Amino acid sequence: MKPSILFALSLMLSAVVNAEETIPTDRQQELRNLLIQDCGSCHGLTMKGGLGPALLPANLKGKPADFITMTILEGRPGTAMPGWRPLLSESEARWLTDLLLEEKL
Amino acid sequence: MKIFFFAWLALLSLNSFARGTGDLGVLIERANSSVQIIETTGNTSLGRVSGLGDLSHASIVYSRDQRFAYVFGRDGGLSKVDILDAKLVARTLQSGNSIGGAISQDGSLVAVSNYKPGGVKIFDADTLELVANIPATYGDNAQLSKVIGLVDAPGSLFVYALWDAGEIWVVDMSKPKSPDIKKFKNIGINPYDALITGDGRYYIAGLFGEDGMALLDLWNLDKGVQRILPGYGKGEQPLPVYKMPHLEGWAVAGNYAFVPAVGHHEVIVIDMTSWRMSARIKVHGQPIFVMARPDGRHVWVNFAIPNNDTIQIIDTQQLAIIKQLRPGKGVLHMEFEPRGEEVWLSVRDEDRVEVYDTKSFERKAAIDAKKPSGIFFTARAHRIGL
Repeated sequence: MKPSILFALSLMLSAVVNAEETIPTDRQQELRNLLIQDCGSCHGLTMKGGLGPALLPANLKGKPADFITMTILEGRPGTAMPGWRPLLSESEARWLTDLLLEEKL
Repeated sequence: MKIFFFAWLALLSLNSFARGTGDLGVLIERANSSVQIIETTGNTSLGRVSGLGDLSHASIVYSRDQRFAYVFGRDGGLSKVDILDAKLVARTLQSGNSIGGAISQDGSLVAVSNYKPGGVKIFDADTLELVANIPATYGDNAQLSKVIGLVDAPGSLFVYALWDAGEIWVVDMSKPKSPDIKKFKNIGINPYDALITGDGRYYIAGLFGEDGMALLDLWNLDKGVQRILPGYGKGEQPLPVYKMPHLEGWAVAGNYAFVPAVGHHEVIVIDMTSWRMSARIKVHGQPIFVMARPDGRHVWVNFAIPNNDTIQIIDTQQLAIIKQLRPGKGVLHMEFEPRGEEVWLSVRDEDRVEVYDTKSFERKAAIDAKKPSGIFFTARAHRIGL
């Protein structure tokens, strides 16, 4: 990997991490509610799956966090998964990704 | 001794006098594994029954005597609740992941549609013992499809659609030991929900994967499935769908039916004599439920996130929005009282259920509930397809 790409990636990463720290507590509460109640409409309130696939840490194993974050933001064309970019910032999507991966629901 | 005393108290509160169940209902508390029993004469809550599992997307059908509610939970739990005594009388965990159910015409069988493993299981309504298991096999018969849109129909039928397979199945349960299954294939990509007309004749599945809807005339099964509204939405960029619309509750006024568009912020009006689109009404967001007041004069519409704090009311003569309400965040479900003078709304994110007068649009009552979703009144017991 070229150093310039690495540098760009690390910049992106630090941007994400910094933004993460700035999600206010009440917005975190909203996001948690959104994940359980609205993502839960398709994926199940406990993320065991429904019309959409299960999203428990075991199901997500091996999938990079960036891939999950992009899936949240852009959706999956050809499936019922919409892109949530109009409703979520990138750092918010990343925060939700971490929640899913760490099963902090 | 203490336990008996409390049990006696609990009985006293609900069952110490004889009463009918025609004005009762059940509301789902989706994140609390519980339901509340409510009454619509004084608009109050009568009690709560807990221990019902994961109730996201839970729905209910009623026994023909309107005493028992069958609760279909997301986790595959099927629970039978005595609404007079406010207690759980039977429960079975019948699959890993389920989506809804139906009760047979004669009330003797309860069917559950499952996502995982995909198929339909049919139970004795009295004991909840398994009567029939019908896996939703497709392709080379090795795959199982998620099942959606399960309804009952006259002639001891259960009708449902296969999300992954794009099929409609009609199951005749006249002989419960040997179900007679008719399969209709290639009905369209990803049927997401379906409805049956109030007379039990037409079964219509909405398609997520393509334009239009699939129509099956149950009086003329030999004619097969017909595609209606074929060109709807063609050439337009669909908007993101943050929640699957529901088709239950066929909103009919005269010859017109009102259904939610998918990926368009519109309610579609269908002329039921020609099955063609007769109008599209611009609304506030992606419609989820499009429900007609029982007299058919008004249609109430709720919306997907981020517009789910709002209700719009359409006049079916003018085909125009005549009123907008903003009850609060997360308006998930609406249920009209049987003659339509009042409507109940669940406002999930405000932990509240609200009752509105459908003539003045004034709020009449509010009841605390934990993350309420579906509201189901016992009048459903006597309606085909519910």
